[in-house]
Amino acid sequence: MNPFWIAVIGTSLIAFALKYAGHSIPQRWLEHPKIQRVNLLIPIALLSALVAVQTFTTKTTVMIDHRLAGVGVAVIALLLKAPFPVVVLSAAIASAAIYNWF
Amino acid sequence: MSRVEAITVRDSLSLSLTVGAYGVAFGAASVANGFSVLQSCLLSLLTFSGASQFAVIGVLGAGGSAISGIATASLLGFRNGLYGAIMAPRLKVKGFKRVVAAQLTIDESTAIALGAQKRSDDAMRHGFWLTGFGVFVFWNLFTLAGAVGAQAMGDTRTWGLDAAVPAAFLGLVWPRLENNRDRALAITSMVFALAMTPILPAGLPIIATAFIALAVGLRR
Repeated sequence: MNPFWIAVIGTSLIAFALKYAGHSIPQRWLEHPKIQRVNLLIPIALLSALVAVQTFTTKTTVMIDHRLAGVGVAVIALLLKAPFPVVVLSAAIASAAIYNWF
Repeated sequence: MSRVEAITVRDSLSLSLTVGAYGVAFGAASVANGFSVLQSCLLSLLTFSGASQFAVIGVLGAGGSAISGIATASLLGFRNGLYGAIMAPRLKVKGFKRVVAAQLTIDESTAIALGAQKRSDDAMRHGFWLTGFGVFVFWNLFTLAGAVGAQAMGDTRTWGLDAAVPAAFLGLVWPRLENNRDRALAITSMVFALAMTPILPAGLPIIATAFIALAVGLRR
């Protein structure tokens, strides 16, 4: 089985297990303030790392290319409080423009 | 089941359609990162949690292993467990209904339910189910559309899809940055992940930043 299938099945099984476990355990187990705080911070760290890796790397090389133009435009769109689809679409257009013209 | 209020229906369906439409971005990004249309659709049907889905395709697309992808997605899926613990005593469902409720437990269904709670317990339950099913239907339909569309495009770089993926991550993290501690964590994680990229196998620089979050969260 190739890694993509393993990832699809593994991610789905654990995602459901986490949801179902939450429905099945006593609520007070998860009420500790440190658990609540870590729960808010982990997505910030992981999503930020994904932004950086997807913008600036190819395999194990750090580089700057057309993608940075797209992400730069996304930052501007977010500063202007644009909705999510506009952010993604404007990034794609900016990146495609640089990629196709240079 | 008691009568469903119009305001609950309106809130649930408008959020379902808006959020579901992001499924286009996921489907397209998934195919651009090497997943098949079938695999992309299965992720939306079975994982059904946007951030986790984007994470697993992001890690594998960057050359990471299946284990790295699963681990990153699962760390992001942990919050759904917390939502489940919040919703369970409010929904009071057992057996098959609990299985369905668990699968529909995501950011949006929990948020609408907790928002509707001030009106009544019925409104809270209606909000949860309507939003859960609504997002599920639209998210999966739009995933299919995005995946098929991206497959038809060929070289996704000429369409800017390789930048749409990090832009989507940025759009997901942006509203979570509420104070300077959050912003400092975000920048530290970006710098750390890039610094580790030439050294660690692909995928690990991303997961490793969870430990930075853990250290920050447990310190105070």
